[in-house]
Amino acid sequence: MIWTSIKRICKSGFINFWRNGFVSFASVLVVVMSLFVFEALIFFSILGGVYINQIKDKVDVNVYFATNASEQDVLVLKKSIESLPEVAKVEYVSRDQSLIDFKARHSDDELTIQGLNELGLNPFPAALNIKAKDTSQYGSVAKFLESKNALTKNGSTIIESINYNKNKLIIDRLIKILDSLNKLGVAITSILIFIAIAITFNTIRLSIYASREEIGVMKLVGASNKYVRGPFVVSGIMYGLISSFITLIIFYPTVYYLGTITNNFSSDVNLVNYYIINFGQIFLIITGSGILLGAISSYLAVRRYLKV
Amino acid sequence: MIYFDKVSKIYNDDSIALKDVSFTVEPKEFVSIVGHSGAGKTTLLKLLLAEEYPTEGNIFFESKNVHNLGRNDVMKLRRRIGAVFQDFKLIPNKTAYENIAFAMEAAGKTEEEIESDVPHVLELVDLGKKIWSFPHELSGGEKQRVAIARAIVNQPDVIIADEPTGNLDPMNTYEIIKILCKINELGTTVILTTHNKGVVDSVGKRVLTIDAGSITRDDKEGKYVL
Repeated sequence: MIWTSIKRICKSGFINFWRNGFVSFASVLVVVMSLFVFEALIFFSILGGVYINQIKDKVDVNVYFATNASEQDVLVLKKSIESLPEVAKVEYVSRDQSLIDFKARHSDDELTIQGLNELGLNPFPAALNIKAKDTSQYGSVAKFLESKNALTKNGSTIIESINYNKNKLIIDRLIKILDSLNKLGVAITSILIFIAIAITFNTIRLSIYASREEIGVMKLVGASNKYVRGPFVVSGIMYGLISSFITLIIFYPTVYYLGTITNNFSSDVNLVNYYIINFGQIFLIITGSGILLGAISSYLAVRRYLKV
Repeated sequence: MIYFDKVSKIYNDDSIALKDVSFTVEPKEFVSIVGHSGAGKTTLLKLLLAEEYPTEGNIFFESKNVHNLGRNDVMKLRRRIGAVFQDFKLIPNKTAYENIAFAMEAAGKTEEEIESDVPHVLELVDLGKKIWSFPHELSGGEKQRVAIARAIVNQPDVIIADEPTGNLDPMNTYEIIKILCKINELGTTVILTTHNKGVVDSVGKRVLTIDAGSITRDDKEGKYVL
């Protein structure tokens, strides 16, 4: 009996969706718009996070050593820095490597290369490039480097300079900007998602308002609340399902177009690839949201007219 | 079978729809309720269907107080009362077949029962050829016959017809009343509200006259006096 009822409810929901062609079409359009906004916000907030992390990733602390510092002393210090819990990665750049890198960077600048050759010695110091697990932890890394722990066995310092102190202001400001951007993004996303949900709910409510007399008649012939509500919820699920498919399809060319624009200022993230790689997750989020939105909106909208 | 016991109904805007109304309807009876527009006829039927609640008094259907019933029992009560309305109240996006089938589905009937009973009941109201027509493809008389078919398909104990001929021409009015009389002859109680004297005279059975919310006359001879 329950299976028969479910079958009848589903069939009736499909038929209602099909026969109320214009109302269904209009509802699907509005739900598509809402889901598109929803998808764009989620996609770009995730992408924004990726960009922010990339920027954060570019922040590091460079320690330059005196040119007479022995490689062994530098490597001992490297080990003790690596053992710090705040540190994610330490890269050692030897004096020779610094020279090679410099020459490679200035291969087009003959004068500079000539001047360097005339100097006859390697003027570059060895360096350690330190990446912390979080940008806020660079301060404590810098403190460690300035403390007694960074001294050699005989108590002398081999550190010539730490660029953190020079860049501290910029790093702090960058951290503040990124955090504010993140908070702003979450606030705007939440508000727009709320508006999208409200618009979808009202559209479905209006489509059900048109059927309020029909609901009353169904109740008067002795139909239960579940039996009256069921087909409307099925139609709501169909609005959500079809809308989510349309949204996912039209989002692809949008991402493709935006990808060509964003490549101009950041080639690190390819929007189209990002969309394709994460399509499974995006598909589940959008389809799930569409179905939930349609079903819950219909359920709540019908409830009002069941009091007959 | 049906007993209205000192029933009063006052709406929220303080308008008095019914005032201390008491009457009984016996099984297999045909009762016409007559009165001017706004006299309280429709309110009486709404109270019986538990669509409205009385301000005072009680309504009994087979000794059960209609307004003490739970939601499930109200559902069951409505399946035992077939309702026909002046504005037909058909579901617009369902065919004649589907409108009638819906009432059977709501009552938990099987597909086999629906497939055999719906065409049969449509034949009874002479609409065998309009089985797949939508309400907007039917005339007023045809719509009302579909509504009657829907009301009788679950073989209810009572049919209530609220001004069923109000929107119909004399020919269709005659046809509808003939069908209602036939249903009554087969043993179903019929309660009809109308202000059409011709209808009441052609039925020739008990007439309750209602005026400004009160029963003013209960005539077993079927006389229409307003």
